[in-house]
Amino acid sequence: MQTTSLKFRQLASQALADETLRTALGDVERIMPVIRNSALDQLENPEAWFDRASASRDRTLAELDVYLEAFEQKVQQLGGHVHWAADGTEACEIIAGICETAGARTVTKSKSMVTEEIELNAFLESRDMTVVETDLGEYIIQLRGERPSHILAPALHVTLSEVAETFHRHHDLERAAPLREPTEMLLEARAVLRDRFLSADVGITGANFLVAETGGVVIVTNEGNADLTASLPDTHIVVTGIEKVVPTLEDAGLMLRLLARSAAGQRLSTYTTLIHGPRRAEDSSGPSNFHVVLLDNGRSDMLGTQLQEMLRCIRCSACINHCPVYTAVGGHAYGSVYSGPMGAVLTPGLAGLHAAAHLPNASTFCGRCEEVCPVRIPIPKMLRYWRDREFERRMTPRSVRYGLDWWTHMNASPRIYRSLLGIAARLLRGLSSRGWITRLPGPGRAWTRYRDMPTPAGQTFQHQWRRTRGRAGES
Amino acid sequence: MNDQKNPGGAHVAVAKGKPSVALLVTCLVDLFRPAVGFAAVKLLEEAGYEVKVPEQGCCGQPNYNNGDRQGARAMARGTIERFSGYDYVVVPSGSCAGMLRIHYPALFEPGSKDQQQAEDLARRTYELTSFLYDIAGVTEVQAQLSATATYHDGCAGLREMRVRDQPRALLASVGGLEIAELSEPEVCCGFGGTFCVKYPDVSDRITEKKIADIRNTGADYLLAGDLGCLLTIGGKLHRDGSTITACHVAEVLAGMAEADSDADD
Ligand code: SF4
Repeated sequence: MQTTSLKFRQLASQALADETLRTALGDVERIMPVIRNSALDQLENPEAWFDRASASRDRTLAELDVYLEAFEQKVQQLGGHVHWAADGTEACEIIAGICETAGARTVTKSKSMVTEEIELNAFLESRDMTVVETDLGEYIIQLRGERPSHILAPALHVTLSEVAETFHRHHDLERAAPLREPTEMLLEARAVLRDRFLSADVGITGANFLVAETGGVVIVTNEGNADLTASLPDTHIVVTGIEKVVPTLEDAGLMLRLLARSAAGQRLSTYTTLIHGPRRAEDSSGPSNFHVVLLDNGRSDMLGTQLQEMLRCIRCSACINHCPVYTAVGGHAYGSVYSGPMGAVLTPGLAGLHAAAHLPNASTFCGRCEEVCPVRIPIPKMLRYWRDREFERRMTPRSVRYGLDWWTHMNASPRIYRSLLGIAARLLRGLSSRGWITRLPGPGRAWTRYRDMPTPAGQTFQHQWRRTRGRAGES
Repeated sequence: MNDQKNPGGAHVAVAKGKPSVALLVTCLVDLFRPAVGFAAVKLLEEAGYEVKVPEQGCCGQPNYNNGDRQGARAMARGTIERFSGYDYVVVPSGSCAGMLRIHYPALFEPGSKDQQQAEDLARRTYELTSFLYDIAGVTEVQAQLSATATYHDGCAGLREMRVRDQPRALLASVGGLEIAELSEPEVCCGFGGTFCVKYPDVSDRITEKKIADIRNTGADYLLAGDLGCLLTIGGKLHRDGSTITACHVAEVLAGMAEADSDADD
C-alpha cells in the first residue's frame, strides 16, 4: 500500500488553504453528527447495541480462522471459489488471472476500499484492461485521477462545478446546455455507466460482511451499482479483507443496522444485497463464475496484539466524520486510502509504521472517535500504541525525545521542578508586554505563530502557597 | 518541608475530623494561573475539607502521550508516592485528573505493587467540579458575576472523567451569571497537549472553529475546566483582539473571576 503520509504536514497545510474543501468538510462536521444521532436514537438504548456488536466482533476475531474456513467451505459448496491473498500484489495477480481467464477487456467495479488499498485499478490497466468505477463518487475521482478523500464519500472534496467540468472533459456527448444541476450530472453519469455495465466482462465488488454460516456475501450501497456490477457480467469477483467475516446472518443483521445508522444516518442502506455463489441452474440470470478473494495484507499480524480490536472496524466512517483533525484537513492530507482516526491506526499496520509516522501523532486525543464507534474500538489507545512503538524505535524526533528526557529529570525532584517553574515564570515575564507574550523563541514559536500567551500571573502557585500557607506540614 | 520519602502520608488529616483533600495543581495552573489553584482551595475548604498541597511536579502526560512510557512511569511513581494517604486527590483539570484516574493504572504491569498503588490513587482522584458536586454534595456557590458566559467541555474531562452536568449545575448558582451554550460544546478546541505545537496550523484551524462558535453565543466569558483549553482559546481570542475573557470555572465559582481575569504584569 502506497502512502504519502510522511508529507502530512505539508499536505495538511495545503488542505487548510483550500476554501472549497473547507466548505465540504464544514458540511460533514455539521450534518453527519446530527443525522447519525437521530438515527441511533431510534434504537432503544444504542449503547447496548454497541456492546452486542463489539462482543460479536470479538467472538469472531477470537476464532477468525474457523469462521473463514467455514465461509470458504460454504462458498465452495455453492459452486464458488475462494482465494487467499497474503498481500496486495498477490491479490492483484489472482484477480488479474481470473479476469484474463474470462477474456476480460472491460471490468466494472463497485466501490471497494480494499481494491483502493491494493491499487487494483492500476494493476489491471497495466494488463490492458479497462476498469470502470460505477459508484458515482468513485467514478468522478477515477476520471479525475484522484484518490478517495473519505472511505464512504470518495469525492467529498470535489465541488459540483468541478464534477460538471470533469464530465464535460471526459464524456463525449452532445448536450443542449452545459451541465449545471446535480440531477443532470447524475443522469448523465447514469447513462454513460449503463453502457459500461452492459459491456463488462467481469464485475468486481467489495463486501461489507461475509457470512460464515451460509457463505453469503453482504454488500450495501445507496446507488444500486453493486447489484449491476455483480449480476450483469458473467464473472463476479468479491475482494475483501479477512476481518469482514461474521458468524451468522443474525450477526450480519446487527452490523447492518449499526453500519447504516453510523455511516449515513439511515435505518438501512438503500440497497442491501446478499449474494450466495454463482447463478444456479434455476436462476434466469447472474454470473456463472463467482470468486471471493480474501486479503490479509498485514491484518493477521494485528491478531493477538494490542491492535486486534481495530479489526472489529466495520468501516462506518463515524470516527472520521466526528474527528476534529479530519474535518480540518480532509482525507488527502493523511496520504493513505484510510484516513481519519481509523486510518491513523490502520495505515501503520498495513503500510508499516515508517511509511505512516505522522498519522498516529496527528490527533488531539479528544476521544470522540471512540465515543461514536459502534463497535467500541478504543482508537486513542491504539494511537498511543503506535506512539509507544515510535518512541521505542527512536522514530520520535530527537528534539522531542531529549525534551521528554529532560522533563523527566526535572521532575525527579519537586524542588528542582519548583525552581524550574519559577525561572520559567521570570523568563516569560521578561518577554511580556501588557500581560501578554506575542512572540516566543524556540519551540514556543509554534504557539505564538497563531496565538498569544498570557504572562504568568506573579509567582508560581506552589511558591505563593509555600509563602502564605505552606511550611505548616505539607512542605 | 520534609522530603521526598513520605511526604503527605505522615501528617494526613487523621487528627482532625475533616476529610483531607490533596490538591494536584497541575503545571499550567502552577505556572500561568495560580489563581485557579487558590480558587480550588477556597472552594474545597468551604465545602468542609482540609486542603493540603503536597510537593508535586508534572503528572507525566506529555511523556505518556508522546510514547515515553518509561518517563511517564517515573513521574507516575513520584505522584503516587507524594499523594498517598490523603482521602481524596482533586485536580482543577479534567485532563490531568484523567491521567491519574485512567492512565496511571494502565502504565504498570497488572497485579504489580505499582499498579495496585496506581489503582488506589485512581480511586481517590477527582476533577474539581465533579468532586464538589458528586462527592462533596455542593449544589450552589455564593459567587456573583454579572455577565454572560459560555462553557466549553474539555475533552478528557468530558470523556474520561464524565464531567458535563456538574460544572453547569454549579455555574447556574452564580448570581447574575447567564450561561449561553455553544452549539458544539463537546468538540475539541485544538489544544491536544503537544499536538498544538507539533501541528500548529491544524490546531489553529480547530481553534478557529471553536472561537466562531463562542462568538456566536455573544458571551463575555469563555469558561472551561482545563487551563490547556483556556490558554489555547484565550490566546487566540487575544490575538484576534477579542474582548471575550477566558476563565477557569473554579475562578468563577470562587468569585475570583473579575479580580484576575486579565493578568497584568
Ligand atoms: S473505527 Fe469504528 S467508527 Fe471508525 S470506521 Fe471503524 S467502525 Fe466506524
